[in-house]
Amino acid sequence: MKTEDNQLDLWEVFIQSKSGLPHIHSGSVHASDVKMAMQNARDIYTRRGEGTSIWVVPSKAIKASNPDDNDMLFDPSNDKIYRHPTFYIMPEGAKNI
Amino acid sequence: MTKKEELYLYTLRLGDNALILSHRLSQLCSKGPILEEDLALTNIALDLLGRAQALLKYAGEIEGKNRSEDDLAYRREEKNYYNLLLTEQPNKDFAHVIARQLFISTFEFFLFQELEKSADTTLSAIAGKTIKEVKYHLQHASDWTIRLGDGTKESHDRMQSAINDLWMYTGELFEMNGIDLDLLTQGIAVDTIPLQKKWRDCINSVLNEATLFVPKDTYMQTGSINGVHSEHLGHILAEMQYLQRAYPDAKW
Amino acid sequence: MHNEHTDSHFQKRIDDGEHIEPKDYMPDGYRKHLIRQMSQHAHSEVIGMQPEGNWITRAPSLRAKQILLAKIQDEGGHGLYLYSAAETLGISRAEMIEQLHTGKAKYSNIFNYPALNWADIGAIGWLVDGAAIVNQVSLQRTSFGPYSRAMVRICKEESFHQRQGYEIMARMMKGTKDQQAMAQDAMNRWWWPALMMFGPHDIDSPHSGDAVKWKIKRESNDTLRQKFIDKTVQQAELIGLVMPDKDIKWNESKGHYDHGKIDWDEFHRVIKGNGPCNKQRLDHHINYFNEGAWVRDAAEAYKIKHLKEELVIA
Repeated sequence: MKTEDNQLDLWEVFIQSKSGLPHIHSGSVHASDVKMAMQNARDIYTRRGEGTSIWVVPSKAIKASNPDDNDMLFDPSNDKIYRHPTFYIMPEGAKNI
Repeated sequence: MTKKEELYLYTLRLGDNALILSHRLSQLCSKGPILEEDLALTNIALDLLGRAQALLKYAGEIEGKNRSEDDLAYRREEKNYYNLLLTEQPNKDFAHVIARQLFISTFEFFLFQELEKSADTTLSAIAGKTIKEVKYHLQHASDWTIRLGDGTKESHDRMQSAINDLWMYTGELFEMNGIDLDLLTQGIAVDTIPLQKKWRDCINSVLNEATLFVPKDTYMQTGSINGVHSEHLGHILAEMQYLQRAYPDAKW
Repeated sequence: MHNEHTDSHFQKRIDDGEHIEPKDYMPDGYRKHLIRQMSQHAHSEVIGMQPEGNWITRAPSLRAKQILLAKIQDEGGHGLYLYSAAETLGISRAEMIEQLHTGKAKYSNIFNYPALNWADIGAIGWLVDGAAIVNQVSLQRTSFGPYSRAMVRICKEESFHQRQGYEIMARMMKGTKDQQAMAQDAMNRWWWPALMMFGPHDIDSPHSGDAVKWKIKRESNDTLRQKFIDKTVQQAELIGLVMPDKDIKWNESKGHYDHGKIDWDEFHRVIKGNGPCNKQRLDHHINYFNEGAWVRDAAEAYKIKHLKEELVIA
């Protein structure tokens, strides 16, 4: 890559909108170091008071599952219905369970 | 000069700094070195503009002549502006923008901590809000100073030039006149003398980490406290005040 | 087991209303179409900062300046969201910018027109953003996940843009004779280019077929244009602006406004590079991109020097 083409590294941004809630992926930013990534995430994704906490992660540190493996990864859990509370038959009249 | 007039001029000075620096930063919109930085600089410009609005509005109230923040911003002549010469210096390159930010944000970091203790409750409240913003401005400017100073040969040289070029405008940061001294005795204004050493230490440590030299002591430019400016301010105001001056009866 | 790497399986997913995610199988044409459309969309947001930027330093009140700055900043942010979404398809932002600079990638034609008086800021917000919003609302349901998510975020943020533009126009129409003249002048210059933003008529639109089949595009150019006209005419009349089209007339039987003929020669002339500001807009972008190179290089050099420290912290 030509040096003048350099647009810095890609980072993924996760924002927690309120304490108690999970951090959710908001988008990405370009930055050369972690401080810059944090500041850019703040300047871009919390302009309207959307955040109480920010995580930034280098995009290349994230490994995504391959959609081709979806049958292997996710289908086997489909028939494990005993993991859901609705699987169990409660005696009639039982309350608060 | 009455106490009211003094407080008016003191507040105006603080407001003018924010207004003119904000104007300079707003000129960079769509010109940032990378899109992310474009947005970051605009955020700082917006913080400053908000601060200018609050301070000029308050100045108008103190003056009591029914002048709004817009009247003060758009209908005042150059010689009645009291912003620091540093705030009006041009955006020569990104290094100059960052050097200007570093010098001013470091100063404001200390200034507004003190002003928060002011006996004037409005100034104290504005200072309380401002200090949070300035902390961020300072971090942004320090980080960039270090990156540019300790980056490539070109960025190092540009950053050093910017520091050298703007150094002669930093003496003004700590200047005080009779107004300051009067208001100081009433617990309203900030005594900037003790801030000078803190500012120096802070700048030294950032420049040191950035592998940059602190410029040798030099003649310090002065004038803004009396409304005497560099040639740049006239152009800023000509542009900024154009519509209000050309159509004096119009409401925008 | 059925093969998931076929166009027919892909099309079935689209038809079932599923979203396509970056790592999913997609036909080459789908990927190319998206990259072209999303990068064009991103470039439009970024180039669109310029005409409004032309008035930041002359904004006539502190409030007006504040709103304008925030709005232009939003546009930069939207460009950024869209670049990011396009990057998930395997093209880098640097490549997209290069395509912009070489003319391979386009941006919206509308930004090749100049912003000449303060009312243009009103007209851009009201008409240009107004037209863009009609399109963007529809794109929230586009089939590519990252594009759709970016559009949802953008639409949420854009909702104030059109209102601020209309507020400026309304205020100026209530103002002095000079201000009213500025507002009408801006209306006259921006109305037709705003209509052209929706692209050629459906019968002349070369890319629409696949884009509709793949649910990248959810509604046709003419449908969206009509929606925009229908809602805008009333707003113009309310504040006393004259529509710069003598053929604008409510058509009772269609339930829509009829409008005059759009000058497609002008549209094609501007697309080919002969608009008033084509060269200026691109030059601006190239100049500041080049001017920023030493800053980006410095940041990169600093990173490499201090890479070890960062790893230790991590």
